[in-house]
Amino acid sequence: MLYISCKDVVFTDGSNEVLKGINLDIEQGECVSIVGHSGSGKSTFLKLLSGLISPTSGDIFVGAQSIDDYKPSLYRRKVSYCFQQPYLFGRTVRDNVEFPFQIHGKRVDWDRVHELLDLFQMPHSYIDKLNVDLSGGEKQRLCLIRSLINDPDVILLDEVTSALDANNTLIVESVLQHMHKEQDKTILAITHNEEQSRRYVNRRITIEAGRIVNEEVL
Amino acid sequence: MGSQFHAISFTSLILASSLVLISLYVSYHQQLKVEKDIIISSLRATVQLIIMGYVLNYLFSYESPIFTVIILLVMLFNASYNAAKRGNGIPNAFPISCVAIGVGATVTLTILVASGILSFTPYQMIPIGGMVISGAMVAIGLCYRQLLANFENRREEVEIKLALGATIQQSSLSILRDVVKTGMQPNLDSAKTLGIVSLPGMMTGLILAGMDPIEAVKYQIMVTFMSISTTSLASFISTYLGYRGFFNRKMQLVRHIGKAS
Repeated sequence: MLYISCKDVVFTDGSNEVLKGINLDIEQGECVSIVGHSGSGKSTFLKLLSGLISPTSGDIFVGAQSIDDYKPSLYRRKVSYCFQQPYLFGRTVRDNVEFPFQIHGKRVDWDRVHELLDLFQMPHSYIDKLNVDLSGGEKQRLCLIRSLINDPDVILLDEVTSALDANNTLIVESVLQHMHKEQDKTILAITHNEEQSRRYVNRRITIEAGRIVNEEVL
Repeated sequence: MGSQFHAISFTSLILASSLVLISLYVSYHQQLKVEKDIIISSLRATVQLIIMGYVLNYLFSYESPIFTVIILLVMLFNASYNAAKRGNGIPNAFPISCVAIGVGATVTLTILVASGILSFTPYQMIPIGGMVISGAMVAIGLCYRQLLANFENRREEVEIKLALGATIQQSSLSILRDVVKTGMQPNLDSAKTLGIVSLPGMMTGLILAGMDPIEAVKYQIMVTFMSISTTSLASFISTYLGYRGFFNRKMQLVRHIGKAS
């Protein structure tokens, strides 16, 4: 079933045309990797899908509805976006896992938090750990947990494993595989590691100079 | 100590102006190249204050409350215009400043008049209103600068929170708290050291003019309270109205708003 559809998406930043007409259809439950050189427009494309910026022209449909027709806060619960740089709030791990519940006025669902901690191989005792005491890999895993707490349908990942060591990368990849295969999540991940993209994705899209130049089913 | 008004003679004032020569010497000796600024600032201060003295003398002779309100409004618009310049790039900075200063000053002055400390006469309302309004103006200016700097430097934090489904207020809350604190802090800090580190200008002026120090202290306490209340209100209102301009209707953080300076 068609889930995400981009039609002639153009994005201009000042006088710089970053995306020059992207047309792309993604089925529900697909796992797509986006590759391309730095500055090719792949991060901008993912940010457009997250709803944090809007196209200068063109349309994006998610679940047969234009992105503009959603209430932004509801859309962003449905479509999660994880940034390249792991950024943590407050002082402790607890501050970060509680935030997604607090903003929706919900009580913290500790079963959900523990389920995600288990998936990402982080001990439950980490809840009261200080942010500054976490390693880079742990910070990135915590950021992923935070973005998955609301159980989104679509997961957008902007080079989340680029700064991780092999062990942390494998942990993240195994979770993504689980989300994709067991939970039928739609995943779009920017990666510059070709080998990595072959390991867990269905399709690879190459963006260069603001255009999709290659699509490959893996 | 009784009330002994000590008038300053014109000759004494001329002699006191020689103090400016010291700063001119420092500037020249250290090659700071601010001699022109020192001369212009000194001349401007002298001319502006002399004009202000005559204007106040003239204004105080009018007892009409409407006239007093008009003067306060002129001060309000001028202060708002200056505060808005600090928020260059923040949408609607001028009307927001008007509301923030207007509410801050009105609440404070109303309480002072209602409590019987001030009477609604130009002699009291214009100088005290000026102090209240200028305090609010400085606080709002600080808030605007801090808003611009924080939304520039902490962009990622705000966008991450938005991406999690937070509202614009939820995603900006830590920034807003920091900004309101920035607007209030100078007054709170100065209140903490009053009488220990510094004798404030107004109180010193009253004592020099011959007022009993205990009476001067009472006035200073009033001024301290009113400064804290006005700057708190003005900082809070300007921050909470101003931050909305950093977002669009789609709850997206607007790119390149203003320039943090």
